[in-house]
Amino acid sequence: MHLKYESQLREPLVYGNKTYAQVTEDIVRPIEAKPSRLWYIGFFIAVTLLMFGAYSVYREVTYGIGQWNLNKTIGWGWDITNFVWWVGIGHAGTLISAVLLLFRQGWRTGVNRAAEAMTIFAVMCAGQFPIFHMGRVWMAFFVMPYPNSRGPLWVNFNSPLLWDVFAISTYFTVSLLFWYSGLLPDFATVRDRAFTKLRKKLYGIASFGWTGSTKHWQRHESLSLVLAGLSTPLVLSVHTIVSFDFATSVIPGWHTTIFPPYFVAGAIFSGFAMVQTLLLIVRKVFGLTDYITIGHIDLMNKVIVLTGSIVGIAYLTELFMGWYSQNKYEGYTFWYSRAYLFSPYGWSYWGMMACNVISPQIFWSKKMRRNVFVTFFMSIIVNIGMWFERFVIIVTSLYRDYLPSSWSVYYSPSIWEIGFYAGTFGLFFTCFFLFAKYFPVIAVAEIKYVLKRSGESYKPEFDAIEAQPLDSFVHDHAHAH
Amino acid sequence: MAQKKFVVGCFDDEKVLFPAVKQVRTAGYKIQDVYTPFPVHGLDHALGMRETSLHTAGFIYGITGTTTAISAISWIFTKDWPLNIGGKPHFALPAWIPIIFELTVLFAAVGMVMTFMWLCQMAPGVKKHHFHKRATDDLFVMVIECNEKTNAEDLKALLASNGAVETDIQVAEDGWWFGTYDTENDNLYKQVAH
Repeated sequence: MHLKYESQLREPLVYGNKTYAQVTEDIVRPIEAKPSRLWYIGFFIAVTLLMFGAYSVYREVTYGIGQWNLNKTIGWGWDITNFVWWVGIGHAGTLISAVLLLFRQGWRTGVNRAAEAMTIFAVMCAGQFPIFHMGRVWMAFFVMPYPNSRGPLWVNFNSPLLWDVFAISTYFTVSLLFWYSGLLPDFATVRDRAFTKLRKKLYGIASFGWTGSTKHWQRHESLSLVLAGLSTPLVLSVHTIVSFDFATSVIPGWHTTIFPPYFVAGAIFSGFAMVQTLLLIVRKVFGLTDYITIGHIDLMNKVIVLTGSIVGIAYLTELFMGWYSQNKYEGYTFWYSRAYLFSPYGWSYWGMMACNVISPQIFWSKKMRRNVFVTFFMSIIVNIGMWFERFVIIVTSLYRDYLPSSWSVYYSPSIWEIGFYAGTFGLFFTCFFLFAKYFPVIAVAEIKYVLKRSGESYKPEFDAIEAQPLDSFVHDHAHAH
Repeated sequence: MAQKKFVVGCFDDEKVLFPAVKQVRTAGYKIQDVYTPFPVHGLDHALGMRETSLHTAGFIYGITGTTTAISAISWIFTKDWPLNIGGKPHFALPAWIPIIFELTVLFAAVGMVMTFMWLCQMAPGVKKHHFHKRATDDLFVMVIECNEKTNAEDLKALLASNGAVETDIQVAEDGWWFGTYDTENDNLYKQVAH
């Protein structure tokens, strides 16, 4: 048997006097209850946005890319900015579920389910942008290598854009499998306490006939561990490959070796911010403050201040290299197009700096980290900042590159470009509202697993162990297996 | 499919469950399975189960992905259609590493999940016999299969004296889906010489 002891110094992960049955009741009850009015209002707004997005996309598909205000100089604008932004957000879920699992961070159990769901929805949103940016979207399957009647003409395996296709589709598939395999036992829990026939049937189908057999749990544990091991390099690879889209080009401001780690840190940064935004609402609306505790929020804010500072160092390194390389194009991009406040897009650079580097420093203060309102506000600021970051990288590098004759500062998005972006919010929140209503938003089985070790009402049982002298502690536990 | 008789004992605390498992096994009964609401670490060992080799399968799927990617891309770019990309070598291994990596992960993950579902005989819509409704909520449900020598009442008494909060006798089908339940069970447990 494993040592079931946790120091009293650690904050409890589950507050209140809970039993296993109470955990089930707390988490599953919102699924069985009728959704509140707020839920309907939120869902309605999300679907409306989705409809507007669908119409914007319809315009783009019917009349062509000209519906967007991209031009020959600024060929990537809002679309690719939004793509990178959403993919970045889609990094926190798998990071929480995979990396923190490998690091044995018990606190992941409270937040992993919702974070993974968010990841999947964010990647779905991200995927829309490159697909519709192709213009002739009905030819989108050309990105897949398959024997065809055009030669066969294959895709270019040396191109970062193709790497992206593989990276993002693999990431989506693996995240989905990881998420769903974790959901099986919880769906079974919902099924077994269902009191309507329909619910029993639907959750019965969704739970794949899960029984909770010891052998199945043993395999499930093995599966989770290996999937976590696979997802850990995967989550790092995805944004690395997205950064290759830029880094392997010769555009000043993009052609830098710092991009992969810088993008990955930024992705985790924005992903955690989005997790905070959503979870702060979920814990309040569904009354789950005992499971998603202030301690969880505190820990995630620590990740935010860490990754935000890594991103800050990356910004400063880039500026330094812009000068130190003595390359006049690099210098121009970094010191004029970006860092000079009164250049045409200088405002976006300083917006990014203010949101991503300066304001998260507030989280060095424990009081601020544990303040729900500050956290919520900051999570939105960070996501705005990270959107600016992608906009800065893409647009300020493109609008004035090598040839002054092709310079252009006249880029502002058309209504259909904005509509497309708004539509992905619609898609994201439609999915998230459905998830919050019909899925267990917290991993029930995993909470039960940590309950007797990290639950508030169980921790005093460790008093006796803590009072024990070291020798007898070692004697009692060293041979346990 | 044959109907079999099972004795079911429900426990509400894993601290009671572990000694009970030991007692029941020492008394010579073979525990069919214990259904738990969450993974109870060490229970598989206490029941004498073998380690799963699912991770080995995952490794094999992974290297299948690696070789698929390497062989497919190199065949395409050196034999089938050697595309001239800026005069660079046709066999450009470093540039293929991202795709090789992604396919390794994809094959391993998809393969493992499929294998997991096959081994556990799970699929959308599959229904299995549930010995207790609360096995996915807060009870640890120990199930012992009766043979011709088993005295079910004695066994129930043994379970109750070891802390079972509920005991029960149930008849269930032994083949769940493809009927591998019986044969599978022989492979799950370590062979112990008595």
